[in-house]
Amino acid sequence: MNLLFTVARLIGEKEVPHTDSEGIVTHSPWLPEQAELIYGTFASLLIFFLLVKFAGPPAKKAMAARTERIQKELDSASDDKSGAALEAADIRQAKGDIGAERERLMADAAAQAAALLADGRVRLDAEMVELLARADADIATAKGRSIDELRSEISRLSSTAADRAVSESIDAATQQDLIESFIQKVGASA
Amino acid sequence: MSDQRIEGYARALFEIARAEGSLDEVEDELFRFARSYESSDALRNALTDDMIPAAKRQAIVEDLLGGKATSTTTQLVSMVVGSGRGRDLPAIIDQLVLRASSAKNLEVAEVRSAVALTADQQDRLAAALANATGKQVNLKVVVDPSVLGGIVATVGDTVIDGSVRTRLDQLKARL
Repeated sequence: MNLLFTVARLIGEKEVPHTDSEGIVTHSPWLPEQAELIYGTFASLLIFFLLVKFAGPPAKKAMAARTERIQKELDSASDDKSGAALEAADIRQAKGDIGAERERLMADAAAQAAALLADGRVRLDAEMVELLARADADIATAKGRSIDELRSEISRLSSTAADRAVSESIDAATQQDLIESFIQKVGASA
Repeated sequence: MSDQRIEGYARALFEIARAEGSLDEVEDELFRFARSYESSDALRNALTDDMIPAAKRQAIVEDLLGGKATSTTTQLVSMVVGSGRGRDLPAIIDQLVLRASSAKNLEVAEVRSAVALTADQQDRLAAALANATGKQVNLKVVVDPSVLGGIVATVGDTVIDGSVRTRLDQLKARL
């Protein structure tokens, strides 16, 4: 507040010409001389004009380029974002697909296992039936063979017994009778 | 053994027996030995086993025939067995018998009987067979208990079977 009062007081003070040691006179401690003000203003305008005329287009161009670069970066970022979103969607879809595939594979495996089990049961049943039939046939064959062997053995024993009975029943006299009978029969057959 | 080799051995045995002047006796003894050889597995195995030295096999022959057969018969069998032809002994002897019979214009008549035949029975049987076949026969009697009773006579290709064994077999077959 004191500073404002001081500045207002100085501005409001009446101009008093002042001459320095070289003889140059100045009218205000704050404002330049009128001519200096005119030339300064004109020079400033000239410099401003030159700046607008010569430095303005490159600056505009640089700004446009920067804007374009920033836009490109923004576009690229947007594209990246879109790509990432798409990729995320793909990943989510793939994840979903993997889950579905896993479910499908599990279902297939379960179906195949059930089919194999059913097939195995059917085959086992068939094999069991076949084995039983074969066993029955083997038993029948063995039974038949045993009966045949038994018959053969009975026949052999009967034959042996008959041989023994006959040989024991043929005494020396019978032997001689048989021989004589043979000789007479052969002799008479001419 | 080939027929030619059997024939060669038979001819050699025949000539030796004839040279010794005991062809009939030797032929008869050899025939009976051949039938014994055929009916005895133990004898056949002993005389054909290549693992038994020839001298050992010949010693077996001499033990078997010594004193029961002529020395010519014993030596002929021993020679065949010693030369490793024991397996062909029956074939050689049969060939010898055929040769001896042919030399006398006789046909070999193999007679199998359960008991031995007397000389009279043999003569009458030879005459009966000659009458029946029209050929003079050289009778070779083999005692074969498996015949049981009666006689089986074979003259060449003709078989006259009057054995109890055959009748029994026929009866068994019919049953």
